[in-house]
Amino acid sequence: MSWIRDLVKPKARLWEEFYRNRWQYDRVVRSTHGVNCTGGCSWFVYVKEGIIVWEMQATDYPLLDATLPQYEPRGCQRGISFSWYIYSPLRIKYPYIRGVLLDLWRRARAEHTDPLAAWEAVVADEKGRRSYQKARGKGGFRRIGWEEALEIIAAANLSTCKRYGSDRVVGFSPIPAMSMCSYAAGSRYLSLLGGVILSFYDWYADLPPASPETWGEKTDVAESADWYNSKLLVVMGCNLNMTRTPDVHFVAEARGNGSRLVVLSPDFSQVARYADWWLPVTAGHDGAFWLAVDHVILQEFYTTRQVPYFINYLKRYADAPFLVELEKSENGYVPGRFVRATSLLRYSNVEKGEWKFLVLDEKSDEPRMPRGSIGFRWQEREGEWNLEMKDGLDGTEITPLLTFLECSNDILQIDFADYAGGKTAKRGVPVRYLETDKGRVPVTTVFDLLMARCGVGRGLSGDYPGGYDDEESPYTPAWQERYTGVGRETVVRFAREWGETAARTGGKCTIIVGSGTNHWYHSNLTYRSGIMALILCGCVGVNGGGLNHYTGQEKVQPEASWATLAFAHDWGAEPRLQNTPSFHYVHSDQWRYDQGVSEGVVVEGDSPAGRHPMELQAAAVRMGWLPFYPQFDRSPADLVLAAEEEGAKSDEEIIAWVTKELKENRLHFAIEDPDAPGNWPRVWLIWRGNALLSSAKGHEYFLKHYLGTHHNSIADESDDMPEGVERSDPAPVGKLDLVVDVNFRMDTSALYSDLILPAATWYEKDDLNSTDLHSFIHPLSAAVPPCWESRSDWDIFKALAEKTAELARTHFPASFREVMTTPLRHDTPAEIAQSEVHAWYRGECAAVPGRTMPQFTVVERDYAQIYERFVSLGSRLREGMREKGISWPVADLYDELRDSAPVREWQGETFPSLENVVDAANVILHFAPETNGEAAWRTFQALERRVGLPLTDLAADSRAIRNTFADLVAQPRRVLTSPFWSGITNSGRAYTAFCQNVERFVPWRTLTGRQHFYLDHQWYIAFGEALPAFKTKIGPVEFGALGKSLPSSRGLMLNCLTPHGKWHMHTTYYDNLRMLTLSRGMEPFWLNDRDAAGIGVVDNDWVEVYNDNGVAVTRAAVSARIPSGVGIYYHAPERTIAVPKSPLRDYRRAGGHNSLTRARLKPLLMTGGYAQLCYSFNAWGPPGSDRDTYVYIHKLAGESRY
Amino acid sequence: MKIRAQTAMVFHLDKCIGCHTCSIACKNIWTDRHGTEYMWWNNVETKPGTGYPTLWEDQGKYRGGWEKRGKSVRLRLHSRMEGLANIFYNPFLPSLDDYYEPWSYRYSDLTNAPAGDDQPVARPVSMVTGREMKIEAGPNWDDDLGGSGIYAAGDFNLATLTTEERKQLFLLDRLVFFHLPRICNHCLNPGCVAACPTGAIYKRGEDGIVLVSQEKCRAWRMCVSGCPYKKVYFNWKTGKSEKCILCYPRQETCQAPACFHSCVGRIRYLGTLLYDAEGIEQCAARPDNDLVEAQRELILDPGDSLVRQKAREDGVHEAIIEAARKSPVYRFVKEWRLALPLHPEVRTLPMLFYVPPLLPVAATMEKGRYELGGEPCGDPSTERLPIRYFAAIFSAGNEELVREAYRKLHAVRLHRRRETVGDIPKEVVQRALEEARSTPQEAEAIYRMTSLATFAERHVVPPFFREMSIEATADPAERKETTGVGFCRPPKRGW
Repeated sequence: MSWIRDLVKPKARLWEEFYRNRWQYDRVVRSTHGVNCTGGCSWFVYVKEGIIVWEMQATDYPLLDATLPQYEPRGCQRGISFSWYIYSPLRIKYPYIRGVLLDLWRRARAEHTDPLAAWEAVVADEKGRRSYQKARGKGGFRRIGWEEALEIIAAANLSTCKRYGSDRVVGFSPIPAMSMCSYAAGSRYLSLLGGVILSFYDWYADLPPASPETWGEKTDVAESADWYNSKLLVVMGCNLNMTRTPDVHFVAEARGNGSRLVVLSPDFSQVARYADWWLPVTAGHDGAFWLAVDHVILQEFYTTRQVPYFINYLKRYADAPFLVELEKSENGYVPGRFVRATSLLRYSNVEKGEWKFLVLDEKSDEPRMPRGSIGFRWQEREGEWNLEMKDGLDGTEITPLLTFLECSNDILQIDFADYAGGKTAKRGVPVRYLETDKGRVPVTTVFDLLMARCGVGRGLSGDYPGGYDDEESPYTPAWQERYTGVGRETVVRFAREWGETAARTGGKCTIIVGSGTNHWYHSNLTYRSGIMALILCGCVGVNGGGLNHYTGQEKVQPEASWATLAFAHDWGAEPRLQNTPSFHYVHSDQWRYDQGVSEGVVVEGDSPAGRHPMELQAAAVRMGWLPFYPQFDRSPADLVLAAEEEGAKSDEEIIAWVTKELKENRLHFAIEDPDAPGNWPRVWLIWRGNALLSSAKGHEYFLKHYLGTHHNSIADESDDMPEGVERSDPAPVGKLDLVVDVNFRMDTSALYSDLILPAATWYEKDDLNSTDLHSFIHPLSAAVPPCWESRSDWDIFKALAEKTAELARTHFPASFREVMTTPLRHDTPAEIAQSEVHAWYRGECAAVPGRTMPQFTVVERDYAQIYERFVSLGSRLREGMREKGISWPVADLYDELRDSAPVREWQGETFPSLENVVDAANVILHFAPETNGEAAWRTFQALERRVGLPLTDLAADSRAIRNTFADLVAQPRRVLTSPFWSGITNSGRAYTAFCQNVERFVPWRTLTGRQHFYLDHQWYIAFGEALPAFKTKIGPVEFGALGKSLPSSRGLMLNCLTPHGKWHMHTTYYDNLRMLTLSRGMEPFWLNDRDAAGIGVVDNDWVEVYNDNGVAVTRAAVSARIPSGVGIYYHAPERTIAVPKSPLRDYRRAGGHNSLTRARLKPLLMTGGYAQLCYSFNAWGPPGSDRDTYVYIHKLAGESRY
Repeated sequence: MKIRAQTAMVFHLDKCIGCHTCSIACKNIWTDRHGTEYMWWNNVETKPGTGYPTLWEDQGKYRGGWEKRGKSVRLRLHSRMEGLANIFYNPFLPSLDDYYEPWSYRYSDLTNAPAGDDQPVARPVSMVTGREMKIEAGPNWDDDLGGSGIYAAGDFNLATLTTEERKQLFLLDRLVFFHLPRICNHCLNPGCVAACPTGAIYKRGEDGIVLVSQEKCRAWRMCVSGCPYKKVYFNWKTGKSEKCILCYPRQETCQAPACFHSCVGRIRYLGTLLYDAEGIEQCAARPDNDLVEAQRELILDPGDSLVRQKAREDGVHEAIIEAARKSPVYRFVKEWRLALPLHPEVRTLPMLFYVPPLLPVAATMEKGRYELGGEPCGDPSTERLPIRYFAAIFSAGNEELVREAYRKLHAVRLHRRRETVGDIPKEVVQRALEEARSTPQEAEAIYRMTSLATFAERHVVPPFFREMSIEATADPAERKETTGVGFCRPPKRGW
């Protein structure tokens, strides 16, 4: 064929060097993207002529196991577009400050030689203060030098500490796992200062409360390779293809291996198209589907048929056989509390018997107290906290009964509320009578309650469903149709598939779940309903099974050593760790607009269920359940001085004095009057994150109450007045004196901040990265030095510490002490503080710090040494490390480092140096059981003592392993099996959660030590959530932000959903030209084609989306794949890119997705002091839900205007 | 018979997630320059959809590829003589609007805006004119069914469906889409090569990669029309056409092309095929229904010792024959008959093949109640799209070929299900394998290649013997000593 011109002269092909030249490069460096995407992908960055030109994925992850597909490549369209940012016009190259503020500062500074005095002059001038607050977000930036920028920040911080207290300086940075040292830079500075560190996981509504509720663990999930082991994958609320881009191949590959994929999603999403079965469950109502599945499982796999694997699993690993007391209600019985061991004569004297629980032993036909419950964890005698079914008293074997069906003394009718339907059913439950210290009480098992709750009658009397087709009786397959839209036959078919697969494979069914489900107000219930199906079929703690929740890259693999560094534990610093949802709900005054939500329960008497969330929030702080900063209406340092003035000598006396002042109402928690100027947060440092808009639920309220600039909220404050909380009028506007953003790009947060510090990008710094999607740890490393005047986060906070120390020499020349409050924390003995709820401030109990109220401690600060401490690893660490309730010796490891690594010497002591960020990374790796085999061995040894069963063998083979930063740069390294993560990864096994619990009998860190179906805390009973239940999503009226907004004649109301988008990770990459080009040049608002036609909107029309909270203006994406009644505005746009003005708001700039939301807290999740329902940073507390949001939408009037 | 080697490709659409990482890998390295802004040598389309450039499949509009003329084929665009006569006139070119007007934003306004009374914003501006613009189209505008009523409904291949079927496509119980990543097919019978009046386009002898010489190109743009896939683009800055080069600089250094390397869905396979170059014309002229089969016949079995012998005689290097034996593409296309070419009816004999995607089973919707229909595991009879639609895309209308691929995918899954779960009776698996004309051994091999294949197994890059190529014009030893030394200056024209 003449036209195959392969015979052209070689000379004619010399031009081919044209493209060869382009491919040539000078250097390749391994790095990754420190973005909250949970990807944790290792990348190679290509450098040519000293310029970063592009990136390609690293494909050298070590192989796990030849029977598993490999981890390569990892990285997605977003990651691979990062190189665009480095030299883009969005890059922040120099420090910037708003001109108005700079002028005020320089004027003040000219008058005052002392920078603190200058700052005080700036903020004392109310007119001047308001002038720069009003200018926030409106241009007018000016370039300044680093020295001046650092001086302003250091002066503001120290001035705030001096005037109000250190707990008025606040910092926010999300997701340490994505760049651990960069996070630790700011948090270490703040910890040494005494500042407040805001959480992220709960604020992002990424924390699934059902995980601590069930397992006592923030989140523990399988790495994505383990999906391949699953034979039935159910995906809900998680668009795997879009958000788990580098992992989803495992699903396709599992399908190729005969696994099935079922997707629950209201829209026909990318993962829906990937599925075998797509079930378009109504948005927010997946819980109804799962409860019907549970109904079928309990009927077909526990009643008509018995599966030994399921039954044995349930008996050992769940609270199912534990005894629950039934309490008399008005005309029947309701489930009450777990029966405490101490209530029985046999166990009346056992240690911590109030925290040990009972089952009915089949052989003796007597109640017995199996080991493993939380009382065994904290009792003096070690070695009995395990899941062996042995009596805690004498070690005899126990065979627990799951049900009393065959041996009941009686059948009692129990009230089961149908919260969605507003009815109550009475269902018969088999009971036994027990002689207790309260007399003869009826008890039943959790399992029998579950059966009744799910409506499986087993021939018992009561309002049980007639069968699967009973539409009126919860929770049948027919009943759920009205809530989910999914047919009953499909539910039954699915449940059989689920049960059969689990029975045949030993539990290889998994639920992969994410924010689409988790961001609802009642997400915990939805999760618990699905988790029930998992536990019932023995799917948790086995490879290929379990609840796999991926939202937020929360897994800092080397957590213990990282936390030491990040929170300056090596200096004994107590960090103020604040759950952000509560913080922003209160301080940005969103509580003033809140009316709360009726929980579907009948409120009787003093039930917390009927109270205003703010009232419960304040109660939770006073009772020590949740933290809150500022702590008091006085400075924490002044308190020490005041106590000493009144004669207090020791720490104990200071604490006693503080307690007395509180009790006698002379000292108040700041939360009791959060709007008093003395109780405001004053300085806000933001680094590594986009705190405004992107994650700011109630963004417009941030603009109003925090920043004091223009906003688009038209909402009125609520008429509801929370009791016990002052509400001054009018609400304060512009609480913050200074907002500092450390950033590499001009995003919404940078645009609205007072001062911007240029940060090095992820290709310009060294750091560590890990995720729960894979089991490797790998680095970020600098392909080029920080560009222009940017610096790494480590170097920025180091410099800030140096400047702070310099200014402190005048104002804080010596060390001083202050009072710290901390809530009752999970994994400490305080988690068994409150068996019952009593409010000391109402005189219901004594005020005892650490028991009935927060823990108080007196801590030392030394600002003049803040720099030296920052850059030195404190020798306090030699006393040992502590994590998740165990401690172990590390003095020799410390000395090893001091003798081999770079050191700093000051005041006659020698410390391992942290001056260089690589030193910090090596410290983390050196002390972490996940990267140091010796540390792994020691931590298992410590846990072994507590548990009383062999565990060190898990670390024996890897005891000699030591990983350094240089090792990771060479190749990602797999983390070692560690007691702080529950999986077992020895011999290349894929990580999945809770294997140590199932295989090694280590208890879950819960009340009974088992997985919990039943939560017997008094608030859970009051809120109707002791058992898994179904509550509908919040309706538009209760949503409460449509009152003043009116629908236009051609408008429509929609439930506005904000799932994670395809062309950005939150706002990162949103403004990246690559992503904008491949999408629609902005984030459009997706709506159903018929809905759009009804309001005269065609594809790509401009639309205005609004409610009382705010307004967004964007383009419409009209598509049949979106269900009617729902609008999708993918998380998260920036208001910096192509956002026009809003005609509805007098042609002011429109906002973004979070302009439409307001933070709403589910008060039940504020519970504390009770086993797994106990505070821990990023691990417990009410998340900031945002899915129950409603908007009006109409076509934009006229042309779009910028 | 004349045996030649061709680098060929398989995209496993069941694994494609439509993430476009491939597109950006390509753009970062190759088309991130003035004049190439709008080019996406690799793009990913949503199907049903109109694609990029819009409606590229409509050869009535663009006249790409070949048409059958008796026992031979001719370009649809024009004959050689017509081409020369109309060299200054080519009405069948896509315009900028058919692609999209590339844009950026005035990003610097965010930092530089003077103090004002409202928040500054970065406004969109055209990368062509520099002026403010409205964004009305993009290279992936109808992604994931965006604007489904316009774009999905406008899919060129939907013509094969009945009105009723087309309507159903947008109902909940049938709703469907999948992704179609596209690069240059590096065809055996490329329309672009034939259309070029200058002879600037050629297939490389060693690997069949189709290249536009940046020296010889004279901007006639006949290649743009002649390519039925619209995978040759005109660089408005240099005045030369450019296209996917299958990353030959990477392949020549033993690396997979960037879009293959970066494919996180792990859908891409690359390998060498041996084929009979003398059979091309005859093959291209076969009736529509036989085209795919004919193309498969053209591909020769590298395991056959006679083929290997002939290949050696025809000058194919032993190491390339060895690479062909390891080629995953050969297995997918010829041995397993799972992968099909894109729009074979254009008769360019594309060397990129697609395994059709599995889709969720159809459901029924009655009284607002959604009930599942068929069996999972990829039973083609219960999928949401009629086979006819796939046949229009992948087999020039031959439905049996598509069905055959689906039957086999189904059988493989049943086989593995039985192996790993055991809830499917042996007879059912046996019957499925028989109907798919497969065996447990083959099912096992397909499963391994689909699920477990390593990077090296998926991308079998043949050796390139660069020293020998260089030797044709320079001494490799001298090249080693001097390569890269000197000034880097643009050539005289256009750069």
